[in-house]
Formats: sequence, structure tokens, C-alpha cells
Amino acid sequence: MRTRIIQRAGAAFVAVSLIAGAARAQTIAITGGTVFPVSGPKIEHGTVLIRDGKIVDVGASVAVPPGAQVIDATGKWVTPGLINANSSLGLSEAGSPEFSGGYNDTRAKGSHGVAAAFKAWEGINPASMYIPMARQGGITSVMVNPGGGLIAGQSAMIDLAGDRVDAMLVRRGATAANLAMVASFSPGAAEAGARGELLARLRDLLLDARAYAQNRAAFERNATRVFAAPRGDLEALQSVIDTTIPLAIAVDRASDIRAVLDLRRRDKLPLKLIIVGAAEGWEVAAELAAAKVPVLVGATTNIPTSFDALGARQENAALLRAAGAAVVLIGEGDDFKVLNIRQEAGNAVAYGMSWDDALRAVTLAPAEAFGVADKVGSLRAGREANVVIWDGDPFEFATAAEQVFIRGIRQTGKTRQDELTERYKP
Amino acid sequence: MRPSPLAALSFALASLVVGLGAPARAQTTPAARPAADTGKKDVSPGPGGVSVPNADPFPSTYKARTSRPTVIRNVNIFTAVGPVIRNGAILLRDGKVAAVGASVDAPSDAVVIDGSGRYVTPGLIDTHSHIGVYPAPGTAAHSDGNEATSPVTANVWAEHSVWPQDPQFPRDLMGGVTTLQVLPGSANLIGGRSVVLKVVPSTSAQGMKFPGAKYGLKMACGENPKRVYASRGPSTRMGNIAGYREAWIKAEAYRRNWDAWLVERKGPPPSRDLGLETLAEVLRGNILVHNHCYQADEMMQMIDVAHEFGYKIRSFHHAVEAYKIAGALAKEGISGSMWADWGGFKMEALDGIRANIAIVHAAGARAVVHSDDASGSQRLNQEAAKALAAGRAAGIALKEEDAITWITRNAAWTLGLDDRIGTLENGKNADVVLWSANPLSVYARPDKVWIDGAVMFDRADPAQRWRTDFELGYVPKNDGRNK
Repeated sequence: MRTRIIQRAGAAFVAVSLIAGAARAQTIAITGGTVFPVSGPKIEHGTVLIRDGKIVDVGASVAVPPGAQVIDATGKWVTPGLINANSSLGLSEAGSPEFSGGYNDTRAKGSHGVAAAFKAWEGINPASMYIPMARQGGITSVMVNPGGGLIAGQSAMIDLAGDRVDAMLVRRGATAANLAMVASFSPGAAEAGARGELLARLRDLLLDARAYAQNRAAFERNATRVFAAPRGDLEALQSVIDTTIPLAIAVDRASDIRAVLDLRRRDKLPLKLIIVGAAEGWEVAAELAAAKVPVLVGATTNIPTSFDALGARQENAALLRAAGAAVVLIGEGDDFKVLNIRQEAGNAVAYGMSWDDALRAVTLAPAEAFGVADKVGSLRAGREANVVIWDGDPFEFATAAEQVFIRGIRQTGKTRQDELTERYKP
Repeated sequence: MRPSPLAALSFALASLVVGLGAPARAQTTPAARPAADTGKKDVSPGPGGVSVPNADPFPSTYKARTSRPTVIRNVNIFTAVGPVIRNGAILLRDGKVAAVGASVDAPSDAVVIDGSGRYVTPGLIDTHSHIGVYPAPGTAAHSDGNEATSPVTANVWAEHSVWPQDPQFPRDLMGGVTTLQVLPGSANLIGGRSVVLKVVPSTSAQGMKFPGAKYGLKMACGENPKRVYASRGPSTRMGNIAGYREAWIKAEAYRRNWDAWLVERKGPPPSRDLGLETLAEVLRGNILVHNHCYQADEMMQMIDVAHEFGYKIRSFHHAVEAYKIAGALAKEGISGSMWADWGGFKMEALDGIRANIAIVHAAGARAVVHSDDASGSQRLNQEAAKALAAGRAAGIALKEEDAITWITRNAAWTLGLDDRIGTLENGKNADVVLWSANPLSVYARPDKVWIDGAVMFDRADPAQRWRTDFELGYVPKNDGRNK
């Protein structure tokens, strides 16, 4: 019986692969629309040419090869698929197990607030009901982030199509997939009593990761001092201290942002940084710009929700951008509302950011911040064909994502919510 | 009703003495009272001794600010009672809407504003807020929204938790919100009285209270109460329902006793009970029920509980499954106070759909966009726009005007204030928002907000911007000024 199931599953997999393969082999030309490549100026009556799941050409005078499927986008807006850099999509559903009985795989137990070895994305459920919902809203890629503790773990970016996590990864491979080490500047989360202690723990951890790497053999012989974290975490931190991946650290208070920047400057710790949240980022905007540290901020966060965020203001994103910082717009991280980064972008524009910068902040800027601009975030030859055809300005509520392509495949199908709506609507 | 300066001074002195550790009896001796009620009408107990319908022991001290007659011309007007008036005009005078139409006669002393390209709506109304009772910054010291010590706390009043210096109030005003219902949280089956506030600066909750507004009663279904009281009960939904019914049984007996006594006022009055008094006021129709309830099946149960005890539910709040019973809501005359796009965050929210509000509207029930969130409350117009788009995507014929009623007229009805606010009609309170663009656009910002005809927010005049005491010296003064 068991064998049978496996055989059947195997047959199904082959069938799916064939279909997918057929779709991929297709050449698609999206013609006539106003194309926003983001990596370059907008193109009126432009063509986006897709072959084998990749963008092969974008321009005003791209020849459409014979046999290509032509999609007339006249009067439409064509953009790269949007990227939400602050999600935990696929890691939780229906609330936490303690609260409501669903599942939540965003948080590792770790050790004393450190869970560097935790690859949150390994727990993604591709069948999550929220994934097709986000996709319908024109989101084609998301960062899947862990949460909790001083070092929450590693995050990856996935394209929102497919039924296997390893195939959904924007960078494939167990190591390459990890695009950031997620951390939080919060004394409580680190089991620290004070900010100074938190910084000391962070320094110890990073310095010990380096010491461990220099003494691996001795460590295996049990001939080193005790390090600040277990072996697995120290290993995982290697990609942080060799600056392969950024430390994406949630921090709001201006003085705390400076303290984090000082880890690199004053403590000479080799670190690639991303600042997340940054409620008071605008107060240190010039420093963030000078340090070339990308900043992930919301465009509607103007409430001083804590004493770390007294400077919260709605113009934060625009002021950071005006100072020259790389700005990525994010939402509150709710699974149901992953698609709402459109609204964040619109609000950023309403409060001072240019429209072009706002589009960049939900496409190419996150791709650049996480080192995957060669894959996603722009309409440019060689990129994954993640493309959205909108019936208007993508930031406006009245606008719909009419057609969504992920890796060259048009995404259709109903969400669970669509089925509920159809059952009950008049 | 202001206390005399002398009385205030003696109170301050008494407080000082108490503060220094003197025995409590050092306070001013209260006026002598008869030891027992003689039964004579001229020797009635103080007002606190009697359970009187519509008693108002914490009366509003709100006063409308000084206003000048104001005309907004060449402006698109969402009146919330009819089609949008293109390039129309509106006159605000003596705190009221004095004229609305294609053009109005402007008095010679009127402030005239050119609204070219801009829009006017009634002041927005949020039927579900915890601003003031869960202020920002979020601190344990100010966490005053849930009296989670007993599943039935009908005796508590949200206004006694309202901190008027909550910096979320001015942000709400800047979002075009002029009236808020502040409710106790949803930990309890019966959480206590709500209060309706005007979004205005004040040193007291009384100074914000909407004069003459009815109180609300917060009730809550489902997961929250059964989670909070899991160890002592109720721990199940059937336990929840039993809890409501037991409370209403006691309330009905209380109401009967008091109503009988109040007719004759003979003999000693029944003993007063704050919680039962609030519930009795619901049974008398003097307090409106606001019932937090997510699932359709639970809403249907709550409708039957209301029938059993003869009270009306004014609004189901959150109501993420209202779309499944929209017809019943229409039939019962219950509004739905709903989110545009919250769902999935817990089991009872799993079936949330974006077309919820539109489906309720289409069934002929009153649909309301509420926030339950101090960020969402600042952007009720954006929430309405999302709900409109979702409804249209589901194939429901909706006008922009419909979406405006979800954040104005229907919300006013939900609070029992539809005779005073929620539409731009002659005689209504001049609570008005002037928007930089169509409020259903993501790019629209409130340029000016009037309450009772007085300018309370003006984007062009940052010096006058309301900053709470808390914000002084802390929160950057230039918030909201750019652009």
C-alpha cells in the first residue's frame, strides 16, 4: 500500500513536471504596455520578451519572434513582480499553537537568544493558503524571515510558485539560499538586562565566531575556551563575519542604530548590515546613507509605540531616501496582508517619496539589499520572468494585478478566500 | 458644575495630607446624613445611591472651539446621503452644516476656501478603537483596556481608563477621524461600557466626551474570553453562552426591581449594583450593544441570546464571517463593524475574506469599516477603498459613495448618532474633512479637519498642530509637516 502511494505520487510529479516544462518552453511577448523595468526608465508601448522562464529582452522595439504567445498589454502598466522583504509566509497559519491552534514555525528555541543555525525557510509549507493570496496581489517573491531572540536565524527569498521549497528558492542550495541573518536589537529578546550587555553579547558572539573558525581543529579536540554559542551557530555565523550575507537587525531608536553602525566602525567587526524597522531612522539618515546600509521601513508607522520609537513619523521613508539611503518598503509582516506593500508604497508617495523610488523600494531595492538583483526585482534580460500586468497604477486600491507571471508561468487559480467568496456572494 | 475654587483647594489639601501618610479620617468630614432612609421624598439619598436610567455621573464638559462661518467652494462633496456633488460648495456656520449644494450663499464674514480638485467628506467615525485605553507608547503602566479579572465586568467604564494625552489621538484627527468609540478589550464576555469621544485636545476624558451620546456595552464571543479564563471558566464556547445568559437573568431581575421602585419611590431602594445597572440599561434600550464576534455561527447564537432577553445588538464587531449571515444582519437591523482585510491570524479569523464588507452592504445591512487599531484608524478611507475594490472584484455593483457611507453614515448609526453626525446635510454637526484628492485614492491626505465648525487640524499650519503633553520634548515637532 505504501509503495503504491509513492508510485502514484511519483506519477503525479512527472505529470506536473511535464506541464511545467511545456509552459516554460514557451516564448511570451507582453506588448504595448507602459513598462517599468525599474533598472531603467519607463518605456511607453514597450515589450517584455520571456523565454524559458527568463526575461530575454525589454524595450520599445523588441522584435516578437514567430510562434511567441503575444499578450496585449496596451493601456496597462507592466512592472516587475513586487517583493515583500518582511514576511514569514509559509511558516505560520491560523495563529500560534498556544493561542489558536494553528502552526507557527518562525521561531527557534535556540540557546540564550541565539539561533543562528536555524534556517527558518526549511519549514515553509508551500501549500499555505496565504501564498496564492499574496501572488494574486502582484507579489511574486518574499523574504521568509524567522523571529525572536537576539539572533533569530537565517532567511531566504522564495518565488511564490511551486510546491517544493528548494525549487521556490530564489538562490537554490542549502547554503546559497540563506540571504540574511536576522537579528533584533532588543535587550529582552537577548536575555540581556541592558543595551550595553546586549552589545557585549553581540560582539562576543561575532568575535567568537571568528575565533572558532581559526581554531576548528582545536575545537574538535575540545581544546578551546568556551565560546558564546554552540558549534552550529558559530558555523552559521561564518557567512555573517565573512560578509557573504548581511546581518539584518531590527532596531528603532536613533542611538541604537548608531550603536549598531558602530559595531562595524568602532569595533572593526566586518559586517554587512541591514537595518529593519528604523522608526527613528530619519534622525540618522545621513549616517545610514554614508554607511551604505539598506533600511527596511514601513510607510505608515507614525505612532510612538515604544520609548524606542518616539521619533516615528510618516515621512521616515521619504526622508531616508532623500538623504541617499537605500530604502526598502515593508509592511507589518502579517501573512494575510503580504500584498499590502502596494499600500505602503502609495503612502510613501503621499508623504514625500517619488513614485519611481517607491516602486524601486518594493522591487529592485529589496533584491539589491539581499543580493539577488541578478535574479529578481527588475525587468531586464537574464532575470526571472516575474512580471505583473496591472490595469492601472499599482499603488492604487482600485488597481488589480490582471496577470501575474512567475518564472514565465502565468499564475491562475483560486485562493481559499475566492472559494468562500463565491459560495456566499449574492 | 465646576467645583468652587475653595472646594478644589480643600480637596487638594486633603489629598496632600493623605499623601503625607495621615490617617484617612483626616479628610474633610462628609455632610451629615440620616442614619436610615425615612421614606420621605425630601430625604432622598445622594444621586449615587439610586440606580436611575440614563444617569450621567461623569458628564461631558466638551465645548466646541471658536469657529467662523466657512465656505468651501469648487469642491467635490461626498455627502454620504446621495451622489457626489461635483464642484459644489458647503457652508459651515455656528458649528453646523448650514448649506450644501452646487453653490451656496456665503455670508460676508465667511472664510472662503477654494477646494479646486479636492474633496470633502463628513468627519470620519471609527466605531471600534482602544485609543486612550491602550495608549502609545505601550507600557504596562498604561495598559488599561481589559479588566481581565472576571469574565463579566459590566461594572467598568472605558472612560475611566482613557488617557487624554495618548499621542494616538492627534494622529487620528490628522487622518480625518472626528468621532471615536473607545471600547474595553475583548478578554471578557461582558467587558464594560464604551465611551464615544470627539477627537479633541483635553486634560480630561470628560472634555472629549460626545455630549448626549449613548453608552455602548462591549461583549465578546469566541476565542478571547475562553482563552483568558481557560483555568477558571468559561473555557468553551458553551461556557461563554452560559455566562452571558446568567448575567442577563440577573440583570432582568435587577431591572424589574428598580423599575418598580422608581415608579413609586416608596420604601428603601433596592441595593445598587454597577454591573447590573449597566446591563439593565441595555434591557431598557438606553445602552447599545457592541458585540465582538468573528464566526457566523456564534453571531447567530448571540442573536438568539438577545431575543431571549429582549435586548438589541447594535453592531457585531470584527464579524469576519458576517458575509455568511448578511441577510440575518439586515433582517435584525444589526450593523457589521468590519475590517477590510484582516483574516487568518487565528482560527476564528480563518475565513476572513476581502469582500466581507461589500457582501454585507449588498444584503442591505449596514456595513461599517472599523479599525480596532490606531494605525488603521488613521486610514479608514484607505480601508474603505480596499473593501470597495474587493467588492467590485467579486462582481458586486458598488459606487464610491457606498464606500464613504461605511466610514461615516453607517458608523454614525452604529453609535446612535446618525441624527447629528455622519452626513453633510443641513443641521448636522459641522464635522468635515477637506481631502487633497479623492479620499479613496492612496495618495489623498486630509488637508483640514473641522469639528463642530472649528478648524482642528490644518496641514498648512503646523504651528497649531495638536501635540499631546506626552509628545512635548520627545516627539519631533515637525511630524506631518513635510510636503
